[in-house]
Amino acid sequence: MAAILRAPGLGAVWGTVRGLATAVRQAEPATAGLDAKQMNLCSAVNDALHIAMDENPKTLVFGEDVSFGGVFRCTVGLAEKHGKHRVFNTPLCEQGIVGFGIGAAAQGYSPIVEIQFADYIFPAFDQITNEAAKYRFRSGGEFDVGGLTIRTPYGAVGHGGHYHSQSPEAFFTHIPGIKVVMPSGPRETKGLLLSAIRDPNPVVVFEAKMLYRTAVEDVPTGDYSIPLGRARIARAGSDVTLVGWGQQVLVLEQAAKELAASDGIEAEVIDLRTLLPWDADAVAASVEKTGRLVVSHEAPLTSGFGAEIVAAISDRCFYSLEAPPLRIAGYDTPFPLVCEPLYLPGVQRVVDGVRRLLRA
Amino acid sequence: MTPRLSSCSRTGGAGADRLAAFRPSRGPQRPTRAARQVFAKAVATPTKEASTSASKSASISSETAKELYRDMVLGREFEEMCAQMYYRGKMFGFVHLYSGQEAVSTGVIKACLRKDDYISSTYRDHVHALSKGISARKIMSELFGKKTGTCRGQGGSMHMFDAEYGLLGGYAFIGEGIPVGLGAAFTSAYKRRVLGDDGADQVAVNFFGDGTCNVGQFYESLNMASLYKLPCIFVVENNRWAIGMNHLRATGSTLGDEEPWIHKKGPAFGMPGVHVDGMDVLAVREAALEAVARARRGEGPTLIEAETYRFRGHSLADPDELRSREEKEHYAARDPIPQLRAYMLKHGLASETDLAELHASVAAEVDDCVEYADASPKPDMSQLLENVFADPKGFGIAPDGRYRYELPGFTAGTAEVS
Ligand SMILES: Cc1ncc(C[n+]2csc(CCOP(=O)(O)OP(=O)(O)O)c2C)c(N)n1
Ligand SMILES: [Mg+2]
Repeated sequence: MAAILRAPGLGAVWGTVRGLATAVRQAEPATAGLDAKQMNLCSAVNDALHIAMDENPKTLVFGEDVSFGGVFRCTVGLAEKHGKHRVFNTPLCEQGIVGFGIGAAAQGYSPIVEIQFADYIFPAFDQITNEAAKYRFRSGGEFDVGGLTIRTPYGAVGHGGHYHSQSPEAFFTHIPGIKVVMPSGPRETKGLLLSAIRDPNPVVVFEAKMLYRTAVEDVPTGDYSIPLGRARIARAGSDVTLVGWGQQVLVLEQAAKELAASDGIEAEVIDLRTLLPWDADAVAASVEKTGRLVVSHEAPLTSGFGAEIVAAISDRCFYSLEAPPLRIAGYDTPFPLVCEPLYLPGVQRVVDGVRRLLRA
Repeated sequence: MTPRLSSCSRTGGAGADRLAAFRPSRGPQRPTRAARQVFAKAVATPTKEASTSASKSASISSETAKELYRDMVLGREFEEMCAQMYYRGKMFGFVHLYSGQEAVSTGVIKACLRKDDYISSTYRDHVHALSKGISARKIMSELFGKKTGTCRGQGGSMHMFDAEYGLLGGYAFIGEGIPVGLGAAFTSAYKRRVLGDDGADQVAVNFFGDGTCNVGQFYESLNMASLYKLPCIFVVENNRWAIGMNHLRATGSTLGDEEPWIHKKGPAFGMPGVHVDGMDVLAVREAALEAVARARRGEGPTLIEAETYRFRGHSLADPDELRSREEKEHYAARDPIPQLRAYMLKHGLASETDLAELHASVAAEVDDCVEYADASPKPDMSQLLENVFADPKGFGIAPDGRYRYELPGFTAGTAEVS
């Protein structure tokens, strides 16, 4: 992975990730003025977990290898500080891990479960879709598993190959009863993860693993949260609306810069943050203004979450659209090893897509 | 070390007496966990006892010994070369090395299996592939992501497949290869039992780790294998660690024991469980020969727990900080390669000169495979679109018969491909 670039005084500067030049991030109004510290995404997760464990003695952290810090080091120091009875390793059994979390959550606990890679969440899919999501409904409200939070690293890293690179979010947006969150950077991750943990519904949080170490920015040190279901305008613009989530937001921001520099096109970039429920109002408001919509994700095109956004926005903004909405996504293939750069919807593909859209 | 083959007790209702048979017959001084000796123990009714390779006069021919020795050395040297190539950026992806565990691959695959038998492997699959007879060139090329690899460079380290050699895949999702191996074993049994092909006695061997024994698919597979009496062998490579999770901390002890014995789960499902010293290739071979013969005779599955150790971190990205030095040294001293070497010299199965020649030929083979892989071409762009569906037309191939990647706009992502 690319080296971490820091430029003190400039706010946060992002490392060169997947050929992206550095992009300066502005502090969000919601978090502006809070005491902040430079953190990478991994530390931001860690910080959020410490806060959650401090505030509620029924918050537990478990999963494969988490008690010694986890393979990505996101849970470092938790067991030492909060006790091995609250932070513990589980055997390798994702289905069991999530089912166990459901059982604890139904008794009012707040289990934060780690699935080591999002690719490995599939053995637990059954428990998530059939039990976690339907617990409240099936029991007629007798029980709920709102305390359950599932954290899992997703996405391309440049060399992960078939089984360490996937973006399975769309499968989970097809499940009424859970929320799906995909933060785009350290500050976002901390605030959204805290909301996910406190949310009275089970939540799956997909963490951008390529950014664990490469993304560094000012993150408030104290407690703050970012509401679920509300998108963020990552960059304001008037010509086209680019919608993404997770690490793809960086690609869109970079493409927007290039479009502005080379074509004078001002793209508005929306970081969706939450996919279920997603902020259709924010996207619609932007599209009403720009008349053009591009949605981009790493996951394959067909039945990706882009399809949902395009359908909903076509419906809501039909008379404002000046061109058919465009999806720029991974190809409909398994995630490749050698062909990863070809597969991914990188900056150039987004730039080309937007140009095509504006010519339409 | 002594493997004892045991079969599940067929006399029911033994109650407490039967439990007694499960208790490890260990001396009063319990060894420390790190320095634990590997005992071969019987589960339920012992049926057979083999001699230790250390005491007995040579039980194998010079030719066999040399073949096994060379296979282990090849496995070790290949893996050490992989580490070098990984750090030089020649290979990418997550790479998990097998060093230390060679006696298992060699003792089971090289010593007991035929080309037409099946194996299913894990993400630690390079050496299993080598033992099965797949050329080092093809394996190294796959690791380099080259067109000449076992899978045309499609998957790299954790995804080795070879139809010709019955390699059903490296499975990076732990446990997923186990039921797949059963399906292959079923086809062999089906040929014999239903299609009347008396010569169909292929077996399938499933390899997986101690950590993987806590995955549901393992238990589902034990049951199916036993239920259908399949010609398959489950080989647990118990290297005591699953990334950072120590086996003893990840698995509940078997009843009456102070630690978890995986092989004891065999009888519960109706198959023999064997515990063998996985650092002793001859012991592994003996246990595997028996299990394979049993499967070929149509008598069903066997579960073998081979106690072994990996000499490196979990993957090349693992700093390996969690395992104690004491434990590493304990197992380093039991390195299967010098053990066999000493045995061969002692029993006159090879001379120092013979062994030096074997080492030289392995070194040449490993150098050659690196050169070959390096010089091999990269896959074409079509790789991305081929082999997704059976017919590349419409998907990989456009209506005009050209590959879709040749269409204007493909690399820009604006071509229609789905
Ligand atoms: C379904 C699934 N969950 C988690 C992982 C991550 N993972 C890869 S290897 C491994 C440990 C496996 O340990 P073991 O079975 O003992 O095999 P060893 O690595 O020791 O050979 C884990 C947890 C995975 N590959 N697949
Ligand atoms: Mg292991």
